[in-house]
Amino acid sequence: MRRTSPLSCVRITRRSFAAGAGAAGLLAATGTANVARAQSGPLKVGVLLPRSGAQAGIGQDCQRGVELAPAMFKALGLPELAIMNADTETNVEVARARAEKLINDGAQLLVGAFDSGQSAAIAQVAEQKGIPFVINIAAAPQITEQGYKFVFRNFPTAPMILSDAFANQMELFEATGAAPKSVVFMHANDTFGTSMQQGINAVFPRFNMPYKIVEQIAYDATARDLSVEVAKAKATGADALLMVSRLNDAILITRELVKQRWSPMIVLSMGPGWYEDQYLKTLGKLSDGPMSFVPWYDPNKTLAQQLEAALAKAYPGINMNTNHVFTFEALLVAADAYKRARSSDPKALADAIRTTNITDNVSIGPGIQFNDKGQDDKLKNAAIQNRGGKLLTVAPKAASNAKPELPMRPYDRRG
Amino acid sequence: MAAEVYLNVAVSGLLTGLVYGLMAVGLSVIFGVVRVVNFAHGEMMTVAMYLAIALFNSLGLDPLVMAVPVAGVLFALGYVMQAGLINPFITRPEYSQFMLLIAVAIIIVNVLLIVFGPDARNVQTSYAFDSFLLGPLIIDATKVYAGGATLVITAALFAFFRFAPLGKAIRACADNYTGALVVGLNVKRLYALTFGLGAACVGAAGSILVLLVDVTPALGPALTLLAFIIVITGGLGSMVGAVLGGLLIGFTEAMAGLFFTPSAKSMFSFGLLVLVLLFRPQGILGKRVL
Repeated sequence: MRRTSPLSCVRITRRSFAAGAGAAGLLAATGTANVARAQSGPLKVGVLLPRSGAQAGIGQDCQRGVELAPAMFKALGLPELAIMNADTETNVEVARARAEKLINDGAQLLVGAFDSGQSAAIAQVAEQKGIPFVINIAAAPQITEQGYKFVFRNFPTAPMILSDAFANQMELFEATGAAPKSVVFMHANDTFGTSMQQGINAVFPRFNMPYKIVEQIAYDATARDLSVEVAKAKATGADALLMVSRLNDAILITRELVKQRWSPMIVLSMGPGWYEDQYLKTLGKLSDGPMSFVPWYDPNKTLAQQLEAALAKAYPGINMNTNHVFTFEALLVAADAYKRARSSDPKALADAIRTTNITDNVSIGPGIQFNDKGQDDKLKNAAIQNRGGKLLTVAPKAASNAKPELPMRPYDRRG
Repeated sequence: MAAEVYLNVAVSGLLTGLVYGLMAVGLSVIFGVVRVVNFAHGEMMTVAMYLAIALFNSLGLDPLVMAVPVAGVLFALGYVMQAGLINPFITRPEYSQFMLLIAVAIIIVNVLLIVFGPDARNVQTSYAFDSFLLGPLIIDATKVYAGGATLVITAALFAFFRFAPLGKAIRACADNYTGALVVGLNVKRLYALTFGLGAACVGAAGSILVLLVDVTPALGPALTLLAFIIVITGGLGSMVGAVLGGLLIGFTEAMAGLFFTPSAKSMFSFGLLVLVLLFRPQGILGKRVL
């Protein structure tokens, strides 16, 4: 008599194995789709940021907003988030691949990615996979013009930024009774700088600004020396500088202004660089004066004050900025939606985000709400001025905490 | 535009070009003798820049003064690299030398990223914002000091290769490898010394350059590319050619930025490179290889 083990009773052939594997796969697939994902445990949020590469500094600055969120959400009674960090390496294709990997690893919602190109790539993946994506920072308008159902942006588009910037400038000129009559417009020649230049040229004629743009100078954003650019700008005899730059070029230009003994009446910046901590630390007293027109926080809002206090405690000496605020708010949107949806089901989360109405927030404006396209179109920009190593909000008046100083103090009279 | 603007920009371009020249001299020296193209050239320079910053921050020593000790450290690094890593590759195909040095470059960038992070760093000397007023000319004081240091270092290097017995021995290796072996020169040691000297130039240039340029780990590849443009224009293997190439590139970029658009500055330096390659492939002061 042949002894058989219970397992050997079923003879496994290649055909039966294939059929079994197929059935198991089908079961697994339908099982995943049909299981109702009720709220249990933290929501898995994939945070995509450029933590290395050219934008590494900014990506790591955004990360500070991520680090502050858990303790503050707990105090606000919001559910816990399980953060899954990913590095886009400042590369669009890497951003796309990391988004796919995060989703495969179980991310139930995505947040990121500072840059328009990277965010656009992630948006495609999120939409394809049906996973909500909340953009922290990216201004290219087309991202929320694609008819996406799972993509949301709590950050102003480039046209919104520019329109607000010119409106804020008018407010400042009226408040101080001083205004330049001519400006030189200097901008980086990268994607951001060029699109802003096109936007400014399109929007500028609609505003009855008191100044003329006498010269436009495009320069290499990665340049090591900007002496020629500044010499050319100085030679125009313009009263002021209108800037669209990044951080390193803002520092280089300021140095050249001092060395070439040119103190413009004011530097009006329509982008990053001039308000960042590294700019303030590197240039000290010489960093005072420039005004930046940027998406910002309302220093008079309670949550903004709490976030600022938490940042000061966790990262002493770091001024709160756009990167912290909008990354924090993107996670706030996620936690708020998870609380209301009571489920991690992607569709339920997307529906909850669509009906977001957070009035206790940080950024300027009535609060966080999204229109049919997934865009928060109620956000307002601020004008901030560097003074004494601090960033003071000088416009709009409703969200200001200081009066503007115009003209700025000449570089050779700063002690 | 007033004539003084053109004059200011021309002087600024030439001074910047001088520092570019020193940066490229090391590359030219190494290739001229060892016949290895150092693809980690810019990355080694960022190491020197970080070293100068660390010394400035910890001891408060001026980078111009620190150019000598930083050059010493880079000399040691270059000597060890040549003796321990590159020598076995001397007789191998060129592509394996390229791959080795590209690997070294990538390792340096990533180590710097881990150690120093991605933020730009610089030094703030007491004269960082000074400028000299000479009639209508406003000349950047830092560039004047950096340009002066470049001239001194290049002259010293030139004198070493021209008059010192060791310098003559290195030149002998470069001129006739077999002949150098026949007369009993220790070629491997001389190669390591040469690589060390080239690296020392990089060290001195890095220490000076940190006065003008903020450093990030990502700066290395950009500096490598710039050094290649300069030495190919001036003549690969020629020290004077490297300085001349630097001056030409600095001047061309400055004037192109003024006459045309500043964002097209690099286009003009590449254009100059193409012209040199078309009409004088060996570079302006390079020797024709038959």
